[in-house]
Amino acid sequence: MIKFEQPVLSINNLNKQFGKGCPSCKGSNEDSLKKNYCPVCGTVYACQNIMFEVYAGEILGVVGESGSGKSTLMQCLYFDQEVSSGEAYISSYKDGKTDVFAESSQQKRYIRNHMMGKVYQNPLLGLRINFTSIGNIAEKLIAAGNRHVGKMEARGKELLEHVNIPIYRMKEAPKNFSGGMQQRVQIAKALSNNPPLLLLDEVTTGLDLSVQASVLDLIKTIQRELQITVVIVSHDLGVIRMLADRTMVMLDGRIIEQGLTDQILEDPQHGYTQHLVQSLL
Amino acid sequence: MRIEYNFAFFDEGSKREIRRATLKAVAIPGYQVPFASREMPIARGWGTGGLQLTLSLVGKEDILKVIDQGSDESVNAVNIKKLITKTTGIKVTDETSEATIIQSRHRIPEIPLQAGQILVLQVPLPEPLRYYEPSELETKKLHAEQEYSGAWLMLFEQIMNYGTMSTGADHPAMVHDRYVMAPSPIPRFDNPKLNHSQALILLGAGREKKVYAVPPYTRVESLAFEDFSFEVEGFKNKYCGLCGAKEVFLDEMLDDLTGETFYQCNDTSYCLQRLNQKSAG
Repeated sequence: MIKFEQPVLSINNLNKQFGKGCPSCKGSNEDSLKKNYCPVCGTVYACQNIMFEVYAGEILGVVGESGSGKSTLMQCLYFDQEVSSGEAYISSYKDGKTDVFAESSQQKRYIRNHMMGKVYQNPLLGLRINFTSIGNIAEKLIAAGNRHVGKMEARGKELLEHVNIPIYRMKEAPKNFSGGMQQRVQIAKALSNNPPLLLLDEVTTGLDLSVQASVLDLIKTIQRELQITVVIVSHDLGVIRMLADRTMVMLDGRIIEQGLTDQILEDPQHGYTQHLVQSLL
Repeated sequence: MRIEYNFAFFDEGSKREIRRATLKAVAIPGYQVPFASREMPIARGWGTGGLQLTLSLVGKEDILKVIDQGSDESVNAVNIKKLITKTTGIKVTDETSEATIIQSRHRIPEIPLQAGQILVLQVPLPEPLRYYEPSELETKKLHAEQEYSGAWLMLFEQIMNYGTMSTGADHPAMVHDRYVMAPSPIPRFDNPKLNHSQALILLGAGREKKVYAVPPYTRVESLAFEDFSFEVEGFKNKYCGLCGAKEVFLDEMLDDLTGETFYQCNDTSYCLQRLNQKSAG
């Protein structure tokens, strides 16, 4: 009998809307909406019927234009936003049999602190910009229950070294760092608890090309070494081509196409994806 | 024209409202209960929280002691005493053991408090997570979810920057294994006195409009790490230059003529009591 591997993260019918909706947009087909926006009541349907699975050691890329719902999806996955409906299962939490979206906020915080890491596009959201760099890493370790300063300091140094931040700058606040260094501190922080799942939200946007390359190299190296499962959001197809094993294309809050990255980039089926790939070339 | 005030300055409705908040605070040790802080004849930040608690609790039979950083005779302590005695006619004392209500700014008396006594502490900043999280809404959530990594992180930062926990006063403490509390700016020396105190301890912040409490015999544990234990200020080989007391909280003084450093009891009534005993015996 064939045994199927359990996905690290499984998302089922995730919906997120901003606004209450009205009779003209509730239950109506997508054509009555202007893109994912109801012109009558102003409700935005940011994510609609999102379904996907990510397996151990895999990198899943999410691409799409600005406003397609990529970042909202990431916020929902990291519990920064409450989903409107949908289910999520994480294999390391209660054997992957409990819907984590239905858990209490305390449990969600526990999951976030123990089983996930996230790197934000804006370092201000992911870091305590006035605290020391090592303190930023320790924050995640403390939240996971560590109470030994020596061990936390050692782990922080190890991670900072890993992301090429000089140890002699560990007591400096990230506000004194360049954008690339801030992103690297964020990566170190996200990795501090060895999370099985890493969420990367536009990590290279706003960085110059050489720094982008170094951050991407770093992510790839760490992912290979630690065999972490990664979901990476980007509107840059170059980033997706370099990192992702599989890719999902989002448009107006929906997944319009998904498959192996090479397949999506070489043989796009959906008109929007074709347009997107063409723009790249 | 002489203005007649109600007994204990407040009208009965106000006293009832404050007592209701106090009862709730006693029922949930360490939890900050919001209350409608009144305008007082002293400025906010000068003990209005403590004063309101005292006025709401005081009865005709009570004996009052007011101290300000260990001193019974400071301007602030004297003014508060005057206001209370003028509006109640109750007896005041300097002796800790004789008092039924002790209102204090930043000290717990040296003489151990007894069952039946009430210690009222004046609090400038009741929120132990304020420097970590500026939003009141967010800190409320953090308390609700018992998420105190911020309090530990601030201690971690101190260790990273200064090699030790450098809280001179207001060292955060866990009350009844549930809420982390700012014990008002009492020196670390006084933190252990909160643990299993026989007296009821009430903390009032007038400007911040919060009341919280440590009921008698409640477990209060100062936050510390596994490898950095909580330590009180050390006065090893030092003693009071007036009464000779050791193992009490001492003030460091400088002799104007010789330039030499000497020490004196911070709790003036305790010092006086010892001097009186010496001269009598």
